[in-house]
Amino acid sequence: MRSFIPREIETLWTLFTAPVVWAFHFVVCYVVMAIACAKGSGSIEGLMGLRLFLGGFTLFCLLLIVGSAYLAWRQWGFGTDTPPHDAPTRQERQLFQGFATLLLSGLSFISVVFVALPLLFIPACMP
Amino acid sequence: MQSALDPAGVEAQAVYWLFWICVIGGAIIWVGVMAVLFYAGRGGREAISQKAGQRIILIGGVLFPTVVLAALLSYALWLMPTVRPVTAQANSRLTLDVTSEQFWWRIAYPPEGDLPGFETANEIRLPLGERVGFRLHAADVIHSFWVPALGGKMDMIPGRTNFLSLEATRPGLYRAPCAEFCGTSHAVMGLTVVVMEQSAFDAWRKAQAQLQPVAAASGTAPRPATGNGPVVAADQTDRGQDGLAIFQRHGCAACHALRGTTAQGKIGPDLTRLGERATLAAGALPNTQEALAAFIRNPQKAKPGALMPAFPMIPPEELATLADYLRASP
Repeated sequence: MRSFIPREIETLWTLFTAPVVWAFHFVVCYVVMAIACAKGSGSIEGLMGLRLFLGGFTLFCLLLIVGSAYLAWRQWGFGTDTPPHDAPTRQERQLFQGFATLLLSGLSFISVVFVALPLLFIPACMP
Repeated sequence: MQSALDPAGVEAQAVYWLFWICVIGGAIIWVGVMAVLFYAGRGGREAISQKAGQRIILIGGVLFPTVVLAALLSYALWLMPTVRPVTAQANSRLTLDVTSEQFWWRIAYPPEGDLPGFETANEIRLPLGERVGFRLHAADVIHSFWVPALGGKMDMIPGRTNFLSLEATRPGLYRAPCAEFCGTSHAVMGLTVVVMEQSAFDAWRKAQAQLQPVAAASGTAPRPATGNGPVVAADQTDRGQDGLAIFQRHGCAACHALRGTTAQGKIGPDLTRLGERATLAAGALPNTQEALAAFIRNPQKAKPGALMPAFPMIPPEELATLADYLRASP
């Protein structure tokens, strides 16, 4: 199990993971829906499959964000130390980055849920 | 008469509740924040521990706003099928074409059964309790269609057709403003919506539909006693013929239609049964003889920027006859 989880490395990429997933999810949802509606498959029945697909895609994106949050939590030392982590040391820098990544993951998680909420409530395209 | 807080339609009712839930919810949160602020601002208190502070930030700054926003967003999204009933709209029996022009509204009722369609202006009549669809167009610039008492607004964009549907739940007379700045007379571009009982609506629609343009070449219509001899429908009274003759002589028919006569102008508003409308010049003036005469004499006074030219050359007695005729016709 341990081997599946990436080794701790010092890179800014871990910081960006969750927001990038959020952006990707946003673009996919809007573009896919826009194309489906423009092509006229926007009836309630026609849209059901697409809503289910995007619902599944949303769950996948949320899993990626949870994974990113777990890595960030680990980098933050599982919360054993308290912020603001502002001492000029390598250790504090790591903790700060981990904490910032964790917060960004939380924001991205909520945002992905909010972007996906219309799937639950709006059954058809606007004419 | 023009208030989103006095709803008379299914959509407006939903918007009304959304408004009050947001106002009351916002007020409660504001009071709560102010209470916390006063509590925190009291002098002589010990500093709270870092752990307690972090907990306050987590609950008050993260969890609470997230839950409130999620609830509001879900409520608004849940309302959307009510406020913009896409599927019900497709099934509405009656769909009107409404075209906005600077600064008035062209309204087309479709044919139904034996009844032919007809065009009218600046006043929409709707049956009570029936969903009516609207195809919204714009002839010149962007306008916006909004009947606050019945539902939300929808922009009218040149070259594009937008859709809306409304279901009125209370009979009455409602004013609808143009809701997108469209030029100098934007503020006096009003639409009257009359919600009627189904039977009254059917009678009105039938009476309107029976008035169809009369072909100029028709040999059955008598020539009027005065004027330059336009052909008119057989059912005009003497006074009406006078008024119609004046209408024709001064070129009104080049722009305006009077169904039931040969006047078939399409540039300006249809003036058929003008007398039954609540207002003149798209809500700019009351529907009185004096206001109509003054408007014909100088339209720019009531509607700056309107395309209709002034007619100061019409003698006062002819103007009065014309105004009487238009308000009494047919």
